[in-house]
Amino acid sequence: MLYGTRLRALSIATLVTMTAALALAFFYAPMDADQGFMQKIFYIHVPMGIVALCGFVWGGINAIQHLRTRDAKYDLRSYVAIHLSLILGAGVLVTGSIWAKASWGHWWVWDEPTLVSFLIVFLLYATYQPMRFSIEDREKQARYASVFAITAGAFVPLNFIAVRLAQAYTHPRVFATADGGLPAKMQLPFYLSLLGMTLLYITLWRYEMASKNTSAKLRALRRKLAGDDAVAPVGRTAAPSLPTT
Amino acid sequence: MSAPATEPASTAPDAAPPEPRYVPLRTAVRALLRKELALELRAPQAVPAMALFSVTTLVVFHFALQRGVVDGDLASGVLWVTLLFAAMLGISRLFVADHEEGGLDGFLLAPTDRTALLVAKAVGLFAFLVALEVVAVPAFALLLLGPSPSFGAYAQLAVLLLLADAGIALVGTLVGAIAVQTRTRDLIVPLMALPLLIPVVIAAARGTSPLVLQGGSQGLEVRWLFVLGLYDLVFGLLAYALFDYLIED
Repeated sequence: MLYGTRLRALSIATLVTMTAALALAFFYAPMDADQGFMQKIFYIHVPMGIVALCGFVWGGINAIQHLRTRDAKYDLRSYVAIHLSLILGAGVLVTGSIWAKASWGHWWVWDEPTLVSFLIVFLLYATYQPMRFSIEDREKQARYASVFAITAGAFVPLNFIAVRLAQAYTHPRVFATADGGLPAKMQLPFYLSLLGMTLLYITLWRYEMASKNTSAKLRALRRKLAGDDAVAPVGRTAAPSLPTT
Repeated sequence: MSAPATEPASTAPDAAPPEPRYVPLRTAVRALLRKELALELRAPQAVPAMALFSVTTLVVFHFALQRGVVDGDLASGVLWVTLLFAAMLGISRLFVADHEEGGLDGFLLAPTDRTALLVAKAVGLFAFLVALEVVAVPAFALLLLGPSPSFGAYAQLAVLLLLADAGIALVGTLVGAIAVQTRTRDLIVPLMALPLLIPVVIAAARGTSPLVLQGGSQGLEVRWLFVLGLYDLVFGLLAYALFDYLIED
């Protein structure tokens, strides 16, 4: 698969959707009665969290494919998915913390199950790269990383259930409240922002896939042209390597 | 004279080599488990270390919390942190001997299902954890616990402990098998296992705290048993599905 095709169109679509979503969030969506302007962070924080979690699970699905087919490309897909989700995850924790400070007066609130669950998931996935890095054998590294990605992907929903059971319902549960949830004028910007964040994730994922694939192909070509000795071997790295043949 | 003699020799190359006798799962598990327990009985390593660590941790808690006695949710927290951290020691030792002495290669040569190793290791770790708790829980009751719970409360605690041990044993076997292949084994185990075990801690700690209240214990909430049971089930299935991939080559 060519990851580099239509990257320009995808980038423009992402930019337009994100801009439109933010414009709608700031100028079209009504001001929140309780939280005022601070509530606008909701249009970034929540879509980012949803996309990051979906990315983790998607990494797990690709890991299943990898174990079934032994094809290195699925390992690379899973790696890039988890890697980008971790970056978004850091963003979720920071924006969540800012929102908590603004609405409850503390940077961190333990009785907020969704954010706490997210932190646990984030901490678990933070071991993904160190684990990969400390296994030298490439084939083994890929296999073990896939086992980890599947386990952690299945852990995500289980963890959310356990944390939610343990705590009071203080998180703004925008879709499940009795009084109808999110008002219609907030829904449009929210869903548009969710779409924009998804597009952003896909765009970044394809950029990184294209870059990693191109480097692997370049190495293979160099090796063919100048011989095996001319190309320095890849050092120890956490990133999966594609077969350079 | 020669014809009948060559007859079997000519058919021999066509005949399939003798089928390796497939060892049934139960036999393999029993043999592996016996090996596991015999090793620990002859040269006790994991269990004494875990037990000693748990008692030391209780002493550390006494000084760090600056309390002579604890009760309620504090007591529950102290107990579960102690048990969980002691379990980490057992998890990081779980596959080391097999990895270093070639036990894994020997097992791979045996004509049996790889699940046998998962079951034997998980049951072995479960037994180690029970042995740890036989030391750690009385030590905790003696050293730090303020109220003295009834026999019924201890029985309920035992149910919680067993369900939590099953979860720790399953996750520990998975994480131990991953970590033994890494260069930084002892770093990876707690980093990976602790977040994975947080649901166990939530359910077990919440379940334990009403049992150790100052003015007599209240009953155990059944939903925590359900959470632990669900956790054990999910990780049991995951370990069963994924363990084969961890002990190839």
